[in-house]
Amino acid sequence: MLVTKYVITSSESNILPSDIAMKIYGSKYIVTVKETCFGVVINGEEEVINALVKEIRALDPAGIFIKDRGFPPGDPRRCRGRRGGGARPGFYMIESESKMLPMISRALAYEGIVPVIPKKKKPLPIKRLEEILKNGLS
Amino acid sequence: MAKVIVYPPTSMILYDLVERMGHKALVVSEAVRNLVTASGIESPPLNVTPEEPKKGLRYAAVDVPSGVRGRMALVGPIIEEAEAAIIVEDPGWLTGCSGCSRTNELVRLLIRTKGIPVLDLSYPTNDDEAKVFVQKIRTFLEGLK
Repeated sequence: MLVTKYVITSSESNILPSDIAMKIYGSKYIVTVKETCFGVVINGEEEVINALVKEIRALDPAGIFIKDRGFPPGDPRRCRGRRGGGARPGFYMIESESKMLPMISRALAYEGIVPVIPKKKKPLPIKRLEEILKNGLS
Repeated sequence: MAKVIVYPPTSMILYDLVERMGHKALVVSEAVRNLVTASGIESPPLNVTPEEPKKGLRYAAVDVPSGVRGRMALVGPIIEEAEAAIIVEDPGWLTGCSGCSRTNELVRLLIRTKGIPVLDLSYPTNDDEAKVFVQKIRTFLEGLK
């Protein structure tokens, strides 16, 4: 079965989308590659893609992220070249999560003790507020 | 290897973390792929036929908007397949097939009432929170068979 995956690089990674594309071109695998601004889109048989993804991830284990995609690369139903411009619908999710990738990369590479985060203050429960009011007014 | 449903079901970060830790991430793109790459497209361009909202009837009543039922036709079978779940609450920017708030409420409800292990998280806003975020997911996934 043909599957499609995104390979997305963290903005702090030393690996560029073009490096990944060149790695795929130079590999033994027969896949379709589309280079984008945030990474590459690869399409091929499931076993081939899974093996290739492992090799690509090895370039920068903490800085390269993989995502599954439903539509094949360049599909006219999604490709903006055929739809008259504008980002395709799924791009906004990738754009939003991409901003977090440097943090996630650093967290994946971190091997020390995980810090304890103090609980965020929650708004005062209504019952407690009522008690304070009753005590204060009585 | 456990089948882990992630919410948002289009999340790149959650899909990647689950897959890199040796489990199968259940995401909506697999359902979309089956629909859009099926041979013999019945209803171009996306092949969503009147059958999809009917499949959604399994999860939502007939008076629920067809958009919810249509989305549930994709997400519902994934929930049934799931053995564990990771839910990240309120990211504030759900778009595409995750962009329907009523569907999202229903998805979270169905996951919680299924009785599978669920990990609740929020997206990190700084490095310390990111470390905790990754560690919680790692610990949760290591605990699954």
